[in-house]
Amino acid sequence: MTEVAIIGVGLHPFGRHGDKTAFQMGAEAIEEALADAGAEWKDVQYAAGGAWTVAQPDAVTGLLGLTGIPFHNVFNACATGASAVEAAATAIEVGNADIALAVGMDKHPRGAFVEPPGLCNMPDWYADNGQYVTTKFFGMKINKYCHDYGISQRTLARAAAKGYRNGSLNPKAFRRNPMTEDEILESPMLNYPLTAYMFCAPDEGAAAVLMCRADKAHEYTDTPIFVKSTQLRTKQYGAYEVNTTYAPVDEDVAPTVHASRAAYEEAGIGPEDVDVRQLQDTDAGAEVMHLAENGFCNHGDQEQLYADGALDINGPLPTNTDGGLIANGEPIGASGLRQVYELVTQLKGRAGDRQVQGDPRVGYAQVYGAPGTAAVTILSR
Amino acid sequence: MQKPIAEIFTWPSESPQLIGTKCDDCGAVTFPAQSRCARCSSPKMTELLLPTRGTIIAWTTQGFPPKPGFQGDATGKNFQPFGVGLVQLGDVVRVESRLSESDPAKLDFGQEVELRVVPFFTDENGDEIMTFEFAPVGA
Repeated sequence: MTEVAIIGVGLHPFGRHGDKTAFQMGAEAIEEALADAGAEWKDVQYAAGGAWTVAQPDAVTGLLGLTGIPFHNVFNACATGASAVEAAATAIEVGNADIALAVGMDKHPRGAFVEPPGLCNMPDWYADNGQYVTTKFFGMKINKYCHDYGISQRTLARAAAKGYRNGSLNPKAFRRNPMTEDEILESPMLNYPLTAYMFCAPDEGAAAVLMCRADKAHEYTDTPIFVKSTQLRTKQYGAYEVNTTYAPVDEDVAPTVHASRAAYEEAGIGPEDVDVRQLQDTDAGAEVMHLAENGFCNHGDQEQLYADGALDINGPLPTNTDGGLIANGEPIGASGLRQVYELVTQLKGRAGDRQVQGDPRVGYAQVYGAPGTAAVTILSR
Repeated sequence: MQKPIAEIFTWPSESPQLIGTKCDDCGAVTFPAQSRCARCSSPKMTELLLPTRGTIIAWTTQGFPPKPGFQGDATGKNFQPFGVGLVQLGDVVRVESRLSESDPAKLDFGQEVELRVVPFFTDENGDEIMTFEFAPVGA
């Protein structure tokens, strides 16, 4: 298979943008990615676009040029951006395109995500009962995790505080004000043990990643970032995940674990080789669990790691260096691509105030969401 | 009149039970009933009435009104936080359910709970809709 390199990235800041449409944001993210690579829209031979609030992301071509390229629209909940990356990378790997684009865009109203339960094969009574709430699943999962592995609520606050702190260093972040652990702990309890400031917010934004055949990457950039692996998994029998009415007594690990193992194997590296990581932190507890699910520590080690600041930008395990979902919010279609944007920014050494020191070479991105879908992308310089 | 929220429990039987299915081939259990096994894909599923007592495996509280779809008081005005738990019924299956208790200080892992069917809301026809929840044993 042909090797794939990222030659340009673009990010329309996540946040609230008034009347600006998701398509306008998507087009700007694409223009930025093209400019980053010194490429033009007409060079793009294939695209994959992800969104939830937009039915046809491919309509962005009307704002950029109707070149007639194949354009797959993808939706995979929180794994949408990673799925777009995989689709675009695959188009290059199999020889369908030399240059391919992954883009994501969304514009969500304020408040938690909502949709009819039947769209995710959930019964009406589940929503009638008030159970069709993703955040309550996150509360249950981290509450059990804290009980099983001795994680304190203070550690969840430390994870959130790190997100806001990193966001304050990121000019493109949505939340740019640091917040103390006590402020986070004292905010309203939404789903025990998770308080309001431990959750990310659905918002608006777009991101784009431009890729090309690795052997042509130097025509566009001196520092191509290679796509070492992309792996997508759904839940297996035994996993207790979002949107379930029941779970078996015999437990299986989360889909993230399966995606992570496969991604390490495909890339031929291990977690100890990763220099900078982006982990799905829909809530602070998710980041805590995902550290272990992706092999970066043992279950329960997080209590000490957060207390020591190990996940900070200048720590041994820099995580969600751009503030993650906590500080950027989640335009679903773009969120996974924001992770890739940040990794590329870090690996190219152009992250400014939030730059990870020590010449980082390997980046790792993980997304997770309903109804138990996870994806991992590993990049290297 | 009173009506069940869905055909997922045996109410108005005297001691209501949740209705699941068990796979004839591998023994895996689902709730609610479904026609194919989620573990081995077998189409041979037989109805199984689930145990009514269990223990709390995981729990949280719902501290804000869920979005439209929720049939409790979603306006926020009279919204009462409620508990949600994953309850293990014997060694048969774990079921996600509303809990009668919503005070974190009164909820615990391994806590014994039992099924009950309770009035939940009144629909547009004036019928009282019954749903299931788990309550601490003896509560």
